[in-house]
Amino acid sequence: MINLRQLGQRFMLHLDSVLLAGLGGLLLISLLILYSASDGSGGRVLGQLGNIAVGFVALWIVANMPLHWLMRIAVPMYVLGLLLLIGVALFGEISHGARRWLNLGFMVFQPSELMKIAVPLMMAWYFEKHEATLTVKNYAIAALLLFLPVGLIVRQPDLGTSILIAASGFYVLFLAGLSWRIIIGLLLAALVSAPFLWNMMHDYQRHRILMLLDPSQDALGKGYHTIQGMIAVGSGGLLGKGYMEGTQTHLDFLPERTTDFIFAVYSEEFGFIGNVILLALYAFVIGRGFYITATAPTYFTRLMAGSITLTFFTYTFVNIGMVSGILPVVGVPLPLVSYGGTSMLTLLLGFGVLMSIHTHQRLVKT
Amino acid sequence: MTPHVELKNHQRERYLFSLRLIFCLGFVGLFLLLLLARLFYLQVWKNEYFDTLAESNRIFVVPIVPNRGVITDRNGVVLARNYAGYTLEVSPEKIKDLDATIAEIGKVVEIKPKDLRRFKKLMSERRSLQTLPVRTRLTDEELARFAAQSFRFPGVEIKARLFREYPFSDTTSHLLGYIGRINQKELDELDKRDELANYMGSDYIGKTGIEERYEKAMHGVTGFEQIEVDAGGRAVRMLSRTPPQSGKDLQLTLDATLQQVAVEAFGAYRGALVAIDPTNGEILAFVSKPGYDPNLFIDGIDSESWDALNNSPEVPLNNRALRGQYPPGSTIKPFMALAGLHYNARAPEMEISDPGVYTLPGSSHVYRDWKKGGHGRVDLFKSVVVSCDTYYYGLATELGIDRMHEFLDLFGFGKRTGIDLEGEVPGLLPSADWKMKRHGQIWYPGDTVSAGIGQGYNLVTPLQLAFATATLANDGVAYQPHLVKEMRLAGDMAPSTAPQPLFDLHIPPAHLDLVKRAMAAVIKPGGTAVGAFYGVGYPVAGKTGTAQVITIKQGEKYEADKISEYNRDHAWFIAFAPADKPRIALAVLAENGGHGGSTAAPIARKVLDYYLLGKRPKPLQAVAEQTGAEED
Repeated sequence: MINLRQLGQRFMLHLDSVLLAGLGGLLLISLLILYSASDGSGGRVLGQLGNIAVGFVALWIVANMPLHWLMRIAVPMYVLGLLLLIGVALFGEISHGARRWLNLGFMVFQPSELMKIAVPLMMAWYFEKHEATLTVKNYAIAALLLFLPVGLIVRQPDLGTSILIAASGFYVLFLAGLSWRIIIGLLLAALVSAPFLWNMMHDYQRHRILMLLDPSQDALGKGYHTIQGMIAVGSGGLLGKGYMEGTQTHLDFLPERTTDFIFAVYSEEFGFIGNVILLALYAFVIGRGFYITATAPTYFTRLMAGSITLTFFTYTFVNIGMVSGILPVVGVPLPLVSYGGTSMLTLLLGFGVLMSIHTHQRLVKT
Repeated sequence: MTPHVELKNHQRERYLFSLRLIFCLGFVGLFLLLLLARLFYLQVWKNEYFDTLAESNRIFVVPIVPNRGVITDRNGVVLARNYAGYTLEVSPEKIKDLDATIAEIGKVVEIKPKDLRRFKKLMSERRSLQTLPVRTRLTDEELARFAAQSFRFPGVEIKARLFREYPFSDTTSHLLGYIGRINQKELDELDKRDELANYMGSDYIGKTGIEERYEKAMHGVTGFEQIEVDAGGRAVRMLSRTPPQSGKDLQLTLDATLQQVAVEAFGAYRGALVAIDPTNGEILAFVSKPGYDPNLFIDGIDSESWDALNNSPEVPLNNRALRGQYPPGSTIKPFMALAGLHYNARAPEMEISDPGVYTLPGSSHVYRDWKKGGHGRVDLFKSVVVSCDTYYYGLATELGIDRMHEFLDLFGFGKRTGIDLEGEVPGLLPSADWKMKRHGQIWYPGDTVSAGIGQGYNLVTPLQLAFATATLANDGVAYQPHLVKEMRLAGDMAPSTAPQPLFDLHIPPAHLDLVKRAMAAVIKPGGTAVGAFYGVGYPVAGKTGTAQVITIKQGEKYEADKISEYNRDHAWFIAFAPADKPRIALAVLAENGGHGGSTAAPIARKVLDYYLLGKRPKPLQAVAEQTGAEED
């Protein structure tokens, strides 16, 4: 069956098997935990399988795109995303207290997800264009390209997504060599202006921030989530309570078990050892991302690969930090493990870009 | 740029990039270790502590719903109260075959088709994990019967709940509104305002009226208990309890008996009545006829009753007092008279000759007075008493629309009064600017003529007209119209504060005196409302009005009998009493009632008689033939 083998080779041509192995491990854990988190009913598992399938098709398509295509879609994608965000601000659907969705008639769409890819892509494109003559002005313009969409998303309000996009853009700035002096200067400025901002805020805004910092003030609301999440993680112990045996999970104590708090389910049932394995898997994927970044052929691809890798890390850190009680609850899922179609699609798209960068470089070399 | 320089840049850039990447690698490694350390701390170091919390001390946080505040009228008569009752509620998640279970329950306690329809509707809009009532208000006997068999129905439980009840039903429906089950949209709203946690145990929320506007105050603050349960989920002991804070009780400015008298006074008429104490803005009666039974809405109205209410040609769900917009008709004339005096367009003694028609110079269009042949010689006093149209056609033309707008605006026409109810509409006080913006047309002199007698573009709400009347009655000193007198927690003494005036128009006493005397003569022989106030025991000032529903063509005559009921004119009456020292001011609208003097004024009379003399109208009183002058 030579044809089949050729087909297989063609299929794998632009996929990176090392990265694929790491992703596969995480996705397997996702399916396993979703089954337990939904009390042994298969609905969420099947749903997640569907999400993975859709995401994988997107990954394959993007991985097979030559690099100059990526550069070519940067500007249109960014402009489209920005227009859609403005559309959301003007005509968006309100659901659960936020205006994030755009009703296109046949589907409801969340443009901020598109921006997770479009923003770093646009910024990397911009730096590539001005590679030879970078001045402070270029960094300022790049920063503006970042703040426009982030500002619109903060207003929706969607704190989790805006943090992730701001991070992805900041990584591009940082890797492009934004001067340390400016970074430290901005940090100091933020520190100094904090009390003024505080004074300018409305009472309810202050209340929100205080609740973010001290969850016990909101024992019936989000504080309850944090407390129950920490109990689940802590009671898991070294070896965990065993698969499908987590009491916090199965006695309905854990909120949002299949989405933002899925890490608590995993921790409770697989313990510290399980967490070491999980973090090792994440570290493996991130490490591979760094390798791809370091060997990327052009300025544009280096910036893009670095930003995708670091954003993936940020996802991981913010979610685990939030469930284990060292970060406030902001609504960021555990990447590749939490249930969700949109985040799965965006993440796998990102890895598609990484694979494209890696495999097309290989072709260039030979 | 030479290739050499570019190459150098490239190398430098790669070097810089590598440095940054290494920094990032270190950064990522450090933070992953930080996570690992945190997890080690929680899972290994503090494992025993959390294990105890999770294994032996499972803590449930149970919300305790606060009691909703009750609503009373100004004399303490209860208008909305809570009572304890039992419901049968199901948790759809825990039941495999819902229909079969409900059918089975139906063999133990009666479930009416109406209950089923309501249940279906609630199912479609429920929040997850919410239990839903299949039956409310179980009798003691039903309670005992179900309790004996409850073991057969896992997932079905008896719950003791507080229910809301509106004892005055449709009499107070339009001002109290009602509460109902919280829907998804309201949940989103609560989430946005960060109040979701406070509604964790609540099933109901104010949907309209006072219940909606004062939702936050009446709901109270949800308390919670932290309860320890054992591995089987049974409660072991209570760890802590934060008691709920009851919602505040509301005392309204409304007089419930007066409200009842007013509703009865309407008889079969549709319409609205708003009565205000002009000295402080307190609303004494607030009627929109017909009303509806708000008790139907509390647990979700069944579709049959809903269709009946929603499709009725009488539109009982429309709050006419707050949201009905009608031309003010001749009730605008006292205010126009003040405008004439204010701008020196009319001296009190100046007389015009009324031939019964009015034409603008250079136009053939004829504006008719309501009285064929006219009223003869008419001065300002007489113009109000007999409601002379021709007088105001001329006055309006001389004032011009912009000055009319400027003056009438002072009395609150065309603006929301700011009453403490949601959904008030502003009415419409036209001006040349408005017409250009809204219709893109210039203002014609003819528009001014009809505006002068309160027709044309003018629209007012009954509330607005009552407010303007109260302001006039109180010599131009206006108070904010309001429905809630006091808000307090049960047992609290409320501090009494004197109301502050909203504004003072500083109308010269001579102007006020003249117009008020003219209004007082409206109910006397020769006036347009003499029949309704025959033998009245206190001085009353009033003004009749008629609002056209359809326009009568030039040269045609309005004949009520030939027009279908819903196209007949609306009847207005505004009044205040006692005329020399007003304690009550009101506006009455009888939809399709025809003449203000014959249908609206008698309603006002009954309300005033009760308020000032304590006289309740005799039931089943034969309708006396109304006599006297009637306008247009």
